Amino acid sequence: MNEAAGPATAVVAVRGLWTRFGSTAIHENLDLDIDRGEVVALVGGSGSGKTTLLRAIIMLLQPAAGSIKLFGQEIVGIGDAAAFRLRRRFGMLFQQGALFSSLTVRENVAVPLREHTRLPARQIAEIADLKIALAGLPADTGGKLPRELSGGMLKRAALARALALDPALLFLDEPTAGLDPVSAGAFDELVVQLKESLGLTVVMVTHDLDTLWQATDRVAFLGEKRVIGYAPMQELTRSEHPLIRAYFEGPRGRAAREQTACRAA
Amino acid sequence: MATDSSYPAFEPAIVRCEPGRCRCEGDWTLDGIEKLDLRPQSVGWPKDHIELDGSGIGAIDTTGALRLLTLIAELERASHPVRLVGLREEHQALLDLVQERRASAGALAAAPRPQGHLERLGRTVLHHLNNGLVFLSFIGEAAVALARLALHPARFRWRALFGNIETAGVHALPIIALLAFMMGVVIAYQGGRQLEFYGANIFIVELVALTMLRELAPLITAIVVAGRTGSSYTAQIGTMQVTEEVDALRTIGIPPMDLLVIPKLLALTVALPLLTVFADALSVFGGMVMAQALLDVGFDDFLDRLPKVVTLTSFLLGVGKAPVFAAIIALVGCYQGFRVRGSADSVGRQTTVSVVQSIFLVIAADALFSVVLGGIGL
Repeated sequence: MNEAAGPATAVVAVRGLWTRFGSTAIHENLDLDIDRGEVVALVGGSGSGKTTLLRAIIMLLQPAAGSIKLFGQEIVGIGDAAAFRLRRRFGMLFQQGALFSSLTVRENVAVPLREHTRLPARQIAEIADLKIALAGLPADTGGKLPRELSGGMLKRAALARALALDPALLFLDEPTAGLDPVSAGAFDELVVQLKESLGLTVVMVTHDLDTLWQATDRVAFLGEKRVIGYAPMQELTRSEHPLIRAYFEGPRGRAAREQTACRAA
Repeated sequence: MATDSSYPAFEPAIVRCEPGRCRCEGDWTLDGIEKLDLRPQSVGWPKDHIELDGSGIGAIDTTGALRLLTLIAELERASHPVRLVGLREEHQALLDLVQERRASAGALAAAPRPQGHLERLGRTVLHHLNNGLVFLSFIGEAAVALARLALHPARFRWRALFGNIETAGVHALPIIALLAFMMGVVIAYQGGRQLEFYGANIFIVELVALTMLRELAPLITAIVVAGRTGSSYTAQIGTMQVTEEVDALRTIGIPPMDLLVIPKLLALTVALPLLTVFADALSVFGGMVMAQALLDVGFDDFLDRLPKVVTLTSFLLGVGKAPVFAAIIALVGCYQGFRVRGSADSVGRQTTVSVVQSIFLVIAADALFSVVLGGIGL
């Protein structure tokens, strides 16, 4: 994509966001900026509103108040036509993959292409096969049904669908949850590789400490209904905030950090 | 919208040919590619050797890279040697990535050989025969489970039984009442016109009572229950199959047959005859209302004649079919539930199959009853 200069380098800009379920507020006055080409993770304890924030950003959930800008365009109160055009520019990987179970993997990847373009069927199939290959799956996966795939392959197939329209912005909801360590590591590498070669901006929700250390540029820590820390991992783990300390100072947090330190040494 | 200008609108991708050299221009992105026209007459490809200049490409994404690669492949197949030059470094990197990924994914396996009509016919027949055998073995398993529970009645799940009787029987009363009443009205109305023509008004009693009690009430009840309850059995067991709950039952040591099938089977065998009696009463009532309104046959006359023309045998034959229908509906419903594999889509498919099959089998069984009972003179 063109590296257009200008004030709007923030691909995602959230200002004063309020969301609630019934009378419970999930976010109160939350601010968050994500710059172009960054890999940003949203972390926080269970119930801190990570997935809710993600759903608000991808227009699945209407916030109670505040402003969210995607590519500089306000999405709170956006019209249907504008929302449709905007949806073409980002991809979402759902936690369970959310592949359509009655369609083959190739057909799944083709769905956004058929919906958003007028390309001929043969060319769409070619593009779908390329996305399947980009996601690191063997060519014969295209003809399989989602139920015939293992957990790791399912995530990759879902990633292929999220990449179908060559989005500039990619959202991942717990991309490595439920994967074995080898698959999870390979998935992290894949995300970094795609980000570097395609110039993607990646926003992910994750609990995977290895992913946080290996794949992210910055990490936004959600707690107390807002972002209480937003920095690269190195810096964030040195935070004095009790919630952040509790999150990273457990035995798992320390192990992941030591491992990273060893690898760096 | 003002800030949107920082993300410029795309320029459609084009190929412009000058003598000896072709230039790629515009944005080779998904948006740009859509409008790309590469037909020879609109591009004007040179006759033999082509030098493709990529320096004019504004932006490129994986789709654009793919199109560029397939374009080169197509040209070379048409015996135009192509040399790609002047590509920007980052664009070349993307092109390399696409090329490398496509290569590492490997080639597609050859498409399976198309089947002939005869082969397809044979396979379909075998498939259905096999399905029939599997269904028979399912009935066998259910029978074994039933026998096992008869020997160990303490293991029987009474709560599941009564719960099923309530949902399949009690909750079906309103819809059965409405349908049976309307069937009685319709039969009395249609038949009554003919009887009135011959002045044989009082025979409306035979017409309504025999038709409904012996044939229509059991059949209508069974069809409603197949649609209502049979489908819910399939959907319930099918969803449990998808979420691995059935496997969880097995590992805990609860045979799925005992918990999911036998209580449903018994519940329906109890509920369907009762529903049939209920439908008998309501449909005769519907006939009575119509007889009084249309044919001047009062309730007293109707009820006076009813026991004289309807033998106990006719009534019992009608009600006696109900347990058989119940067994068909419950077994087909549960069997199709267990056949669900993998996904939400499969639940829908098996539920459809379940309803179609159980209604078909119920009507087939009814026809069989008519032939056999007619044969022995009942």
